[in-house]
Amino acid sequence: MNINPFILFFASILTSNILLTNFLGMCSYISISKDLKSSNGLGMAVTFVMTVTTVLNWFVYRYVIVPLSLEYLRYIIFIIVIAAVVQVLEMLIDRLSPSLYITLGIFLPLITVNCAILGVTLFMQLRNYSLIQSLFYGLGSGMGWWLAIVLLAAIRKRTDNAPAPVGLKGTGLTFITIGIMAMAFIGFSGMIQVQ
Amino acid sequence: MSAVLITTLIVSLISALLAAVITVTDSFVNNYGTVKILINKRKILQAKGGSPLLFTLASQGIFVPSACGGRGSCGVCKVKILTDVGPYLPTELPYISKEQMKEGIRLSCQIKVKKDLEIEIPEELLFAKKFKATVEKIRDVTYDIKELTLKLVDPQVIDFRAGQYVQLSVPPYDKIKEITQRAYSISSVPSQKDRIELLIRLVPGGAATTYVHYYMKQNEQIEFTGPFGEFYVRETDAMMICVAGGSGMAPIKSIIFDLYEKGITDREIWYFFGARSLRDLFYLDLFKELEQKWSNFHFIPALSNPLAEENWDGEVGLITDVLNRYLKERIEPSKPKEGYLCGSPGMINACIQVMKNNGISEEKIYYDKFA
Repeated sequence: MNINPFILFFASILTSNILLTNFLGMCSYISISKDLKSSNGLGMAVTFVMTVTTVLNWFVYRYVIVPLSLEYLRYIIFIIVIAAVVQVLEMLIDRLSPSLYITLGIFLPLITVNCAILGVTLFMQLRNYSLIQSLFYGLGSGMGWWLAIVLLAAIRKRTDNAPAPVGLKGTGLTFITIGIMAMAFIGFSGMIQVQ
Repeated sequence: MSAVLITTLIVSLISALLAAVITVTDSFVNNYGTVKILINKRKILQAKGGSPLLFTLASQGIFVPSACGGRGSCGVCKVKILTDVGPYLPTELPYISKEQMKEGIRLSCQIKVKKDLEIEIPEELLFAKKFKATVEKIRDVTYDIKELTLKLVDPQVIDFRAGQYVQLSVPPYDKIKEITQRAYSISSVPSQKDRIELLIRLVPGGAATTYVHYYMKQNEQIEFTGPFGEFYVRETDAMMICVAGGSGMAPIKSIIFDLYEKGITDREIWYFFGARSLRDLFYLDLFKELEQKWSNFHFIPALSNPLAEENWDGEVGLITDVLNRYLKERIEPSKPKEGYLCGSPGMINACIQVMKNNGISEEKIYYDKFA
């Protein structure tokens, strides 16, 4: 793939948003977006972990999985690496920046099971991105996820008080909102080809 | 076949490698050296930093009560921290009220000890001890409640106030790999110092109650810490309205028999005990007998769903309805009253409402909620 890393970066935030075009990481997206502050914290944590794990998994894939021809084990290896990275990151952040640790709070360990993280790693490997491309792709996807959850949280603040039919309140209305947001984001997906 | 072996081997190898990285990072990053903890402005502890305050204190022989064992799901292990340990964590917020926040009350299981701390804890916790005991008797009082008698071994006697509870340590068993700590009220009287009785109702899927009901053997060694709790009789002349359900019987039984033993029999006591049907009722004869001997004591067992074949001739209805009826019709309305409640959160909240509606102010209602 010969795509400019910067274009890839903006594409993965806007036109190929991992959340709104691939629908990955929906679980925490829906449950956490109840609260704007938590959404911001989780978005930050996802961006952080996504960038680090994508780059790390690029090395793992290139220098461990391919030479040992372990392609069939890549899913499990990627997941173990993500879990370990989250553990180490949690400890490091706790020590080095207690204030950031408190902001990210309980979200850091939750991210281990966020499928968007694994998804980005897998796309990175599938599309044969270079190291620089992977770095920007991971960072961009994370920021895209962050943007999407903060947007939804802000909209939900309004819809929670909207005079909607009882049956639609809460999750129902959230799903409809996500659908409309997804359409808005997907609308431009043809502009840049990322795969 | 070899593919399976190789796969397993490689995955294990990678996991081991990453685990090693985590362990090494942990030993460097989580090493906070020795920290000092100043308790109640007079006692200084020295301990290794890096673990939650609850466990750090426990390792030094100070047992802050905790019903969930440090998972942050019961909100019992509150302590006042005077040193600044950063903003409240999302895991603490559900259990800390605005007033408590102003005072610096924190959940000790969520606060990692990273530096020297100054804390305040109830004075009684400095006296709570760890006890070794043997299981003297396990008796069924109903189909799902067991009466457990523990004989103290070391120390050999316990001093407590009627209504207080202990924290039982259940050893690892079957699929449960860790020690489980759960709080149970003492049902025996304080004058019996060499052994305590607990009432333990089987909670389906409950780690500690399953152990007591199916795994615990007679003469087994068991540990507990205590005594803890603020649920004891206030020394006034007010009439006492006690309400309990299920194993909530325990502290109320201790309180009532303690008063009787001490000869404090001039206070009028109404004891409402709620159950579904006759098979959930226990200690019926015990309290009926006490009622005969003590004219100021009234025992009102009530069944919500009595079975036809049981021929129940006592009160029928939800305990809240029975309580409401008695407060309106049978109990002298003008006398000052205090409420003593023990049972499930649902029952307690409903009973508090009934009591408030009948003119008992909330400050005069004391309760012990099962977390």
